[in-house]
Amino acid sequence: MEAFLNQLPIGLSIGAVLLLIALGLTITFGQMGVINMAHGEFIMAGAYTAYLMQDWAGRQAVIVALPAAFLVAGLMGLILERAAIRRFYGRPLDTLLLTWGVSLVLQQLARDLFGAPNVQVAAPEWLQGGIGALPYNRLFIMALAIGSVAAVWAYLNRTAQGRRMQAVTQNRDLAATSGVDTGRVDMHTFFIGSGLAGVAGVALTLIGPVGPALGTYYIVDAFLVVVAGGLGRLGGAVIAAVVLGLLNSFAEFWTDASLAKVIVFAVIVVFLQFRPQGLFVIRSRALS
Amino acid sequence: MSITTKDATAGTARRAPDGRGLRERLGGPAVFCAVAVLALVAAPLLLEPFRLNLLAKYLVYAIVALGIGLAWGQGGMLTLGQGVFFGLGGYSMGMHLKLTEAQGGLPDFMVWSGVEELPALWVPFADPVFALATAVLAPVALAALLGTLIFRQRVRGAYFAILTQALAAAFAILLVGRQGLTGGTNGLTNFFELFGHDLASDSTQRGLYLVVAVVLGLLYLGARHLVNSRFGRLLVAVRDGEDRVRFLGYDPATVKTVTFAISAGMAGLAGALFVPVVGIISPALLGVVPSLELVVAVAVGGRYALAGAVLGAVVMGYAQTAFSERFADGWLYLQGALFILVMTLAPRGIAGLLSRRRA
Repeated sequence: MEAFLNQLPIGLSIGAVLLLIALGLTITFGQMGVINMAHGEFIMAGAYTAYLMQDWAGRQAVIVALPAAFLVAGLMGLILERAAIRRFYGRPLDTLLLTWGVSLVLQQLARDLFGAPNVQVAAPEWLQGGIGALPYNRLFIMALAIGSVAAVWAYLNRTAQGRRMQAVTQNRDLAATSGVDTGRVDMHTFFIGSGLAGVAGVALTLIGPVGPALGTYYIVDAFLVVVAGGLGRLGGAVIAAVVLGLLNSFAEFWTDASLAKVIVFAVIVVFLQFRPQGLFVIRSRALS
Repeated sequence: MSITTKDATAGTARRAPDGRGLRERLGGPAVFCAVAVLALVAAPLLLEPFRLNLLAKYLVYAIVALGIGLAWGQGGMLTLGQGVFFGLGGYSMGMHLKLTEAQGGLPDFMVWSGVEELPALWVPFADPVFALATAVLAPVALAALLGTLIFRQRVRGAYFAILTQALAAAFAILLVGRQGLTGGTNGLTNFFELFGHDLASDSTQRGLYLVVAVVLGLLYLGARHLVNSRFGRLLVAVRDGEDRVRFLGYDPATVKTVTFAISAGMAGLAGALFVPVVGIISPALLGVVPSLELVVAVAVGGRYALAGAVLGAVVMGYAQTAFSERFADGWLYLQGALFILVMTLAPRGIAGLLSRRRA
């Protein structure tokens, strides 16, 4: 029973990591229909930002790196959006292949810049230790995830720019005819979505080493969270991330790590039988 | 109801170029015969065994690409999980080869990982007919099941792509984790003979090459026939306007499921051929990345023409060998840059460029 209860915090912290990653995806995928495979590499960029910050911030690098990583990853996303993705609206599947090419280049770039072996980012002293089965660093990640969700929620619902973003998500053409500059909104969206990937990357440095392939371990699961949660729905992403995190850790507990992924996949396919468009759906009369 | 009306109705929405003009040029009878002669006569005579073996590998990948061309190019289903079907075929064949070598005993890797009794899953694979049939039928069955579940609920587009990708990831992890059953990360390797033929000999490899080339040729003809049939028209119509096809009284889910299952069967057969040609099957050959690489090869070749898919697989396979022989790291930059360029500048791939120039 105790081993069973120990899975709970593990599952929650996996959920928090997934949520941090999926938060950015649900914004870019949900609003713009862009399947950004390079999202994983923006995570990696955020993690390396924390690594570089160590030079002058020492062990507090993780904290200093949070805003810096947001900016770095956000700018990378902005450049990607302006340079390429902009031309791909209405061809969502092509963005997947395009951004995968970008992700290959970024991974190799990281290998050339930082070397192929993994590097470590030292966590601040005050994050060592923990309460019972819950280490402080995992708690910190959960807090970060909750904070990020709150910030995104506030942005979407309390600022004019955020409301414009929601308008574009719900009906791009109608938003455009109502005077919303959808191009600008897209830029903001991509900046914020990618920036959140950078924040997730910093969080990941707390629980493992940093390497050029860091993003690839999480990206598939994060996309599943978005699919299960419903496109562009914040609440859906939160619930889906927590449930998938728990499901992952309990499936691993009952079977083993290799079967867990298969179980999660099967559960999602079965779930889609009941809710083909995910937990929460934006209702519309549009045909497809 | 005539086919032309359906086609026209569905086409008014967003008619994607179907490469039909190109298929007549690139895939016309004369070109097909020329390529066939080149592949069946010239290549075995002119190429040294090492190069011929590499070509056989590219042609095996071309079989998978042909399936992707059907599912994605014609049917609009972006499948990122072909590696799973390829792997099912490959492991079926690999298990058979391992068992013939063990001659009633245990395969070598099982001995190393401390397995004492042959797992029940392995037992029927001693029979070559069972192994070959499973290589094709297991992928078909899995794809049919998955297709039924997914397409019936009208889950499509990006969702389908993500689901198939997740399947590929889960499958690779499962194979790695089941060390005693699958050989883990190393996969199955060290094969010595196939149906009584020594795999190391040049004549066996030449024979294998010919088998692969003939299978590819036949599948290509079959796929072309399918695309030009009533069913093929319906498939393209589903791609261009699924809802309209449904309103006309057809069932798009069935059309998509059947096509997906066919493409899975092709990938499975390719996997079974891959094992004797290359001599290994392992999780690294069928996870997320290899599955995506083949889709990109199809995009580079030209997704709307079946010949483009085949061409793309061969060209990308050759490019990878040629470039990684010279500068290993540069290949990833080149590959990435190539995708970006193709997707932005030539979304219809090489085939699209060729047909535009001639038009």
